[in-house]
Amino acid sequence: MTESALSIPHARKGPRRSWRKYVAPYLFISPFFISFLVFGLFPLLAALYLGFHQWNGMEAPQFVGLKNYVRLVSADGFFRQSVSNTLVLGFMCLVPKLILALLVAVGINSGLILFKGFYQSAYFLPIITSPVAVAIIFLTIYGQKTGILNWVLTSVGLPAVRWLEEPATIKPAITLMIVWHEVGWYVVLYLAGLQAVPQELYDAASVDGAGSWARLVHITIPTIAPVILFTVVIDIIGELQVFAEPFVLVGPSGGTGRAGLTMAMYLYQQAFVQMKLGYASAQAYVMFALIAILSLLNIKVFGRGTR
Amino acid sequence: MTQTTKRSNRSTGSRRLEKQLKRAILYFLITGGALLCIFPFYWMIVVASRPSSQVFNFPPPLLPGTLFVENVQSLLASIPYVRAYGNSLFYALTVTALMLFFDSMAGFAFAKYEFPLRDTLFTFLLTTMMIPGTVTLIPWFLEMKWFGWINSYAALIVPNAVDAFGIFWMRQYTQGAVPNELIDAARIDGCGDFTMYSRIALPIISPALGALAILTFLGHWNNLVGPLIIMNDPMKFTLTVALRTLVGLRLTDYGALMAGTVGAVVPILIVYLAGARRFVAGIAAGSLQGV
Repeated sequence: MTESALSIPHARKGPRRSWRKYVAPYLFISPFFISFLVFGLFPLLAALYLGFHQWNGMEAPQFVGLKNYVRLVSADGFFRQSVSNTLVLGFMCLVPKLILALLVAVGINSGLILFKGFYQSAYFLPIITSPVAVAIIFLTIYGQKTGILNWVLTSVGLPAVRWLEEPATIKPAITLMIVWHEVGWYVVLYLAGLQAVPQELYDAASVDGAGSWARLVHITIPTIAPVILFTVVIDIIGELQVFAEPFVLVGPSGGTGRAGLTMAMYLYQQAFVQMKLGYASAQAYVMFALIAILSLLNIKVFGRGTR
Repeated sequence: MTQTTKRSNRSTGSRRLEKQLKRAILYFLITGGALLCIFPFYWMIVVASRPSSQVFNFPPPLLPGTLFVENVQSLLASIPYVRAYGNSLFYALTVTALMLFFDSMAGFAFAKYEFPLRDTLFTFLLTTMMIPGTVTLIPWFLEMKWFGWINSYAALIVPNAVDAFGIFWMRQYTQGAVPNELIDAARIDGCGDFTMYSRIALPIISPALGALAILTFLGHWNNLVGPLIIMNDPMKFTLTVALRTLVGLRLTDYGALMAGTVGAVVPILIVYLAGARRFVAGIAAGSLQGV
């Protein structure tokens, strides 16, 4: 409440060079930067440091150079499996999730459908539910030999599947659950993106006799390409860190044949069960690198010409 | 609805019929998808109100039973559920309140002040969003241990009291919603910086605060990894961690487990359907800004 030393900040670059007018904005933004230093940057650097050490959390960390990384890449079959599991799962989830979401969003937005709000809400319900609850619900849907999903399958003449017991079906089971859980988030994002597509474009295309498919491919998708790219990138970042859903659905070890063991689960196991803190930190950095590479690759490959 | 010019151009009968058919198919598909989205919630209620022995019956039970209360009792007997519920509420609400405050204040500063390095700092802030949480998990845990925060909610609350996405979102909203003239006028009247934020900006940006509140609350109410690592005292478990302990037991009591899940899920669904819905579009639009 002091006098006008804190002048009108956004309006003036004037001669008043008093540093005092900067005190308030710096104070206002300082919590984030303090928090980032303590809880973000420090752990990031500490993880880098730990990655070059062997440490069980008790005795002093032992410097081992690149040994952790070498072992991860060349000698740890479980790690390699967790990476391939995560990449395969990520791809299996991402593709149907985004395609379904786009089709549903285009359908809801098409002007042929009433009760848009109702449909949007219905598709959004799963995503507000916790992964733990979702996994518990799906645990009972998959069942063992029996279960409601197998009942549906056998009713239409298909064989029953031991969803959570066979290595071959664990990934599809996790995929189905994650697609169900997250598709609504992308429906809502695409619906928001579709608001930016000018109606005149569609009108003009209709006059030219373009069908719905042509309009989707030639107008909708190119116009919201940046939104699609954005969803691909955030989905990859999320999928590569997937933890809670498989952790609860098939258990901490990843189920039969470790078919559901993801990178984040293996990291958790190594760090907090085996107490190999240095080794797990190296894993964290390999994950970081993978996420960064895949995100950049996407932006490079698909980002061309969308901006 | 049908603002396409198609209709006026050539509204032959076959075209209209084709359009009706298209609409029917579309309704069928979209409604089918919506039902698939809703069905697992219905199934959750069916399981929660039946004896565990019936869950995997062939054919499965398709209608809710009468044993919900019994399942709740068996749930309460097996884990400190009420305690976990309170813990989750306390944790999610506290983080939400703190985050709303710190994020909106920082968003206000980035939106309405000019100061050296402002844009650099903001870009830096956006960059930090790219750091995957899993990378810092181990050292974060060690840091919490070092602080003596194992089994303490401080470990879950303090590091999450302010975050980059919220600041980004509040800044975008504040920039558009709070008129500069209003701030100038307030300043000329001798209004201090904090008062300007709390008395002028806050009321205007309350819709954005609502959206951020919902997103933050959900994120922490649903969080598993953090509480799983920090809490090893069952009385300190959050709902997610407590429910997880019931999974994978040799004889999982599915009725009780599902009753606990209903408790964790249904209030959220009700709040969402009762009013939080309208914020969702806002969040989506917000996160697309700058795309």
